Amino acid sequence: MDKFTTITGIAAPMPLVNIDTDMIIPKQFLKTIKRSGLGVNLFDEMRYTPDGKEIPDFVLNQPAWRESQIIVAGDNFGCGSSREHAPWALLDFGIRSVISTSFADIFYNNCFKNGILPIVLPQEAVDHLMDDARKGANARITVDLENQTVTAADGTAFAFEVDAFKKHCLLNGLDDIGLTMEKVSAIDAFEKQNAAARPWA
Amino acid sequence: MTAPNPAAPRTLYDKIWDDHVVDTSDDGTCLLYIDRHLVHEVTSPQAFEGLRMSGRKVRAPEKTIAVPDHNVPTTEGRETHIDNEESRIQVNALDKNAREFGVVYYPVTDVRQGIVHIVGPEQGWTLPGMTVVCGDSHTATHGAFGSLAHGIGTSEVEHVLATQTLIQKKSKNMKVEITGKLLPGVTAKDITLAVIGEAGTAGGTGYVIEYCGEAIRDLSMEGRMTVCNMAIEGGARAGLIAPDEKTFAYCMGRPHAPKGAKWEAAVAYWKTLFTDEGAHFDKVITIKGEDIAPVVTWGTSPEDVLPISATVPFATDFQGGKVEAAQRSIDYMGLTPGMKLTDVKVDAVFIGSCTNGRIEDLRAAAAILKGKKLAPGVRGMVVPGSGLVRLQAEEEGLAQIFTDAGFEWRLAGCSMCLGMNPDQLAPGERCAATSNRNFEGRMGRGGRTHLMSPVMAAAAAITGHLTDIRDIMAETV
Ligand code: SF4
Repeated sequence: MDKFTTITGIAAPMPLVNIDTDMIIPKQFLKTIKRSGLGVNLFDEMRYTPDGKEIPDFVLNQPAWRESQIIVAGDNFGCGSSREHAPWALLDFGIRSVISTSFADIFYNNCFKNGILPIVLPQEAVDHLMDDARKGANARITVDLENQTVTAADGTAFAFEVDAFKKHCLLNGLDDIGLTMEKVSAIDAFEKQNAAARPWA
Repeated sequence: MTAPNPAAPRTLYDKIWDDHVVDTSDDGTCLLYIDRHLVHEVTSPQAFEGLRMSGRKVRAPEKTIAVPDHNVPTTEGRETHIDNEESRIQVNALDKNAREFGVVYYPVTDVRQGIVHIVGPEQGWTLPGMTVVCGDSHTATHGAFGSLAHGIGTSEVEHVLATQTLIQKKSKNMKVEITGKLLPGVTAKDITLAVIGEAGTAGGTGYVIEYCGEAIRDLSMEGRMTVCNMAIEGGARAGLIAPDEKTFAYCMGRPHAPKGAKWEAAVAYWKTLFTDEGAHFDKVITIKGEDIAPVVTWGTSPEDVLPISATVPFATDFQGGKVEAAQRSIDYMGLTPGMKLTDVKVDAVFIGSCTNGRIEDLRAAAAILKGKKLAPGVRGMVVPGSGLVRLQAEEEGLAQIFTDAGFEWRLAGCSMCLGMNPDQLAPGERCAATSNRNFEGRMGRGGRTHLMSPVMAAAAAITGHLTDIRDIMAETV
């Protein structure tokens, strides 16, 4: 998992409330054998016509937001199914942080497993950042996990909360596997002992 | 690797657990070492992809065994071409991943290919006292050897590939004792279904089950695998049976079983794998072997079990949320409450799966079918659990008995057990099946599944309706 420390980038404004995981990545893309490569189908049905042409109005199709790393979203982002394909698709597109007043629980947790930082802020803060987002590259937003702040283009900083353990994992790029890897000497020791005690195993 | 308190009596599960703890966190979460990791094509692609993206390797490729089974057609020609594109891509992905990461691999072109839970024991990968995982819920099958075996999710598959460990919290201990002898016509499948019927599909939730008692000891290894296979249908994390002389005899000489001095050392260790006198179980279920009848399922949950002599229940026979579920089952299955189960006509018979696709199952079914024909209008399919089971059945003349009776004799794979490959039921089609799940749509959209033993499925094949095997046995005597 990629580390998350600080990013300064373009944010895409998506004020729609209740953006669900079906919108984020429709079910026909779950048959994939990959976690990667889903970015082109991110928001597929909002982003493309049935015959596969880009819908020019959709935010991520507009030149100003094609390089977005952040999404500023309406309430309850990520509701619906538990599919981990949703954060997989966001990450593959290049999104590293989503800011909203609220998130669906499973989606929120799935983000952390995949190196994405979901940030909950009060309505006024989200409104302020949404205005920045609408300005594209002219109003870049900075997300600083270490200091737990989001800084708007005008320098206004908003503090956010995050679980200490999740923060630790994300800052250090640790997923479960990464954490277990920290215990590799214990695994090595076990294997050595095991090879002696149960050489057939 | 030693127990927290070696003096205290321990269960079989406790012992295997204690011998695999690599690390314990303050909150009791353990890092458990995994001896065998079985892999199939459906739940592994993202895990391998995850390794690739993070530049990780498979920590123990020699303990990782991959085989395609869910998606593969069971007809000739599959070595060169699979029609369904998504299936083909998944199988090809396993091919590529297995070779790239250097894990043990049995491709469709290999005679040893088959259902992952049949291949593991057959090749001697599964041995007593091991921890065995697979991205598949029926991994419980391997518990028949006295190994701790259970299913895991795709993220965990990746975790095991990378670290050969799993982050786990220990389950509770449950004992299921089957006392005495089984009556004629009653098999391992009837035991396991009867236990689920008794405990419910959530009865084992939070537990690891140890099956014991005379009726379990009397079972062959094949029968014990059938029993453990369906522990998951009872909600348990795993099911296991203490190893004994039968277990050792089954393992001896298998390609990946230890030889010589290692074998002697292994057996000495395996003989310590039993539940100590006085060890604590959090839950106990006892069933008399003589009380178990040949059973079938009538509904769409494995707990919907009844003796074959019973009648289809009324939804109002149940209580609470089950009333609605029972009505839904009755409607889906197209049954009339009050009708005799033996009056339920079948359109198809499926003999196979990781529950009952081993040589003993085929022998049992063939013994009933010898010299008989499929009832008019009934289609029958026999799908050996592995290429080696298939070969052996051909050598023993069983394949001939099946084809003479009018059955299709297929190549190894999961086949109809779940509709991921071309073998499926048509909407409304009713099947007597030896598999393990009767969920809506499991064997094909709209398909209706009645679970039962191989001999009961064979009996239904002959008569064209659900049939009490004891009636057929009475005729043939
Ligand atoms: S035979 Fe059926 S239950 Fe067994 S592994 Fe295959 S699909 Fe799963």
